[in-house]
Amino acid sequence: MASQDRISTGGSTSGSEEELPEPAPAAPAAPAAQESSQTQGVDDLLDEIDGVLESNAEEFVRGFVQKGGQ
Amino acid sequence: MDTGGRLTGRPQGLPAVGEGISVHRVMGTETEYGIIAPALPSANPTLLSSQVVNAYAATLREGLGNLAGTRWDYTDETPLTDARGFRMDRARAHPSQLTDEPPELDELTAEQIALERGEPTEAAVLMNLVLNNGARLYVDHAHPEYSSPEVTNPLDAVLWDRAGDSVAVAAMERIAATPGFSPVILYKNNTDSKSVSYGSHENYLVPRSVPFSKLAEALIPFFVSRQVICGAGRVGLGALNQDAGFQISQRADFFENEVGLETTVRRPIINTRDEPHAVAEKYRRLHVIIGDANLHEVSNYLKTGTTALVLALIEQGRAPVPVLADPVAALQSISHDASLSRTVQLTDGRAMSGLDLQELYCGAVTAALPPDADDQTRDVVERWQSLLATLRRDPMDAARQVDWIAKLSVLEAYRARDGLDWTDPRLALVDLQYADLRPDKGIYRRLARRGDVELLVGPADVARAVVEPPRDTRAYFRGRCIAEYPAEVVGASWDSLIFELPGERRLQRVQTREPLRGTAELTGALFDAAVDAEDFLSRLLSGPERRVAP
Repeated sequence: MASQDRISTGGSTSGSEEELPEPAPAAPAAPAAQESSQTQGVDDLLDEIDGVLESNAEEFVRGFVQKGGQ
Repeated sequence: MDTGGRLTGRPQGLPAVGEGISVHRVMGTETEYGIIAPALPSANPTLLSSQVVNAYAATLREGLGNLAGTRWDYTDETPLTDARGFRMDRARAHPSQLTDEPPELDELTAEQIALERGEPTEAAVLMNLVLNNGARLYVDHAHPEYSSPEVTNPLDAVLWDRAGDSVAVAAMERIAATPGFSPVILYKNNTDSKSVSYGSHENYLVPRSVPFSKLAEALIPFFVSRQVICGAGRVGLGALNQDAGFQISQRADFFENEVGLETTVRRPIINTRDEPHAVAEKYRRLHVIIGDANLHEVSNYLKTGTTALVLALIEQGRAPVPVLADPVAALQSISHDASLSRTVQLTDGRAMSGLDLQELYCGAVTAALPPDADDQTRDVVERWQSLLATLRRDPMDAARQVDWIAKLSVLEAYRARDGLDWTDPRLALVDLQYADLRPDKGIYRRLARRGDVELLVGPADVARAVVEPPRDTRAYFRGRCIAEYPAEVVGASWDSLIFELPGERRLQRVQTREPLRGTAELTGALFDAAVDAEDFLSRLLSGPERRVAP
């Protein structure tokens, strides 16, 4: 069930990333390091979402008009 | 029609509904997907929805399954029969309530659609499919809908609901890959956050001996508060999105009544449609319309699992009944408070929060749990207890399990980084794109791939559930008939299959009115032995095991 999917968060990686060795799992973070690694995780996540969000948010949201359903 | 007990009567060894406190009972889910074609802003949504059905049919023709049962059998549909004991006058019903009539394509004709497909001489446009896994994929009003096959437990409900999302993705990808077609995006959400809502329904089999009023009184406070464990989250407040802010539920602001027959207008917390799709003397099908469509598997699991448990409590006369002073107002008040601290009034003078109400029901289930409860029942109860404890401590700690919390975490991160207030369209876009089913674009999909979401079913399980029916309900019989006899099965519904045999002038309608019959155990060998549809029907109808009991 655990997925090994890696997602490129940069813009221009290609199929070659499959040949790279899997990075070693990070050692358990010390308490002091934990907060900054959490912040890093949130930054990474937002960077990733920034990369896929539809451009022109206002127009896209305005265009999402549905007819009623159940 | 005598089918040797394979399709009728109660099989030995299977649990009946209404026995013991357990999550096991016949259930199923329905998802109406939001749909747009971004390059065609004025496209007719019924047309787009029919493209989804036809695109999936095209993938089936190419070998992913069999195309059959494209005609829905409306014989047993009774959308105007009210569980409170009367029928609505057809003339008084809203047109969208007449779900027992085949849909019409508004002003569009099938011919026009065929022309747009660039296949002017192709066969008729399909508005309905019954899939190999026993599910139904069809055009419901202005949305494509996937109705899952009947399953017997919450984990299977999650699995075959996820299968529906895979079906939707396959259809989207097929449309995108078809020359001349504009890509369509499907969303697993429940509102356009302008003025419109569309449903994701659950169905539970309940013994008819339980009075409907007993169901309604205990379920209203449960449904009003259930959103705290499985709401999908929404940016915007009010049915017309008139105020800025975040709320727990997609659906809450679109409900106006406590109890009623409608599903598209004046929506009620408890829907009274009495259309059992089963032996009407024995069963009700509780049609739950208040839930949000879930992407988080744990949310979906707890949504169906806790509801099954509360139904079991009601059947045993052990359910709490905290009577709310104003259930509709309470539903919206709880939804509008992501801190989970706001309380709502009871008629006895008490004030309780959504969490208090959930703890009341969870406590009653815990107290009634038999010592020999099965593993899945235990798992649901333990997860429910543990989630409520987490929500009590800090709701944001449950982002791996609960849709609204995962969505709110992303929204709050944006607000913190970019200083956005709740009116910023980027937050509305995050809300919308959270539910985008495209694997690369959907924010939920991204969270799942990052490992930020707890999963319950694996990709291989989902892939199997797309093509195989559950083995322990009549969905097995339906799905396997579609798979084995695509040429002869000309119509289907939840409780029937219609065969057209070569050389026979009359259609054969086989009823499947017992949801726990038609299983692999009861009919698998019959399918294996039959050489063709005719042989199958003759074995089915005159098998050696004559039915003895009624």
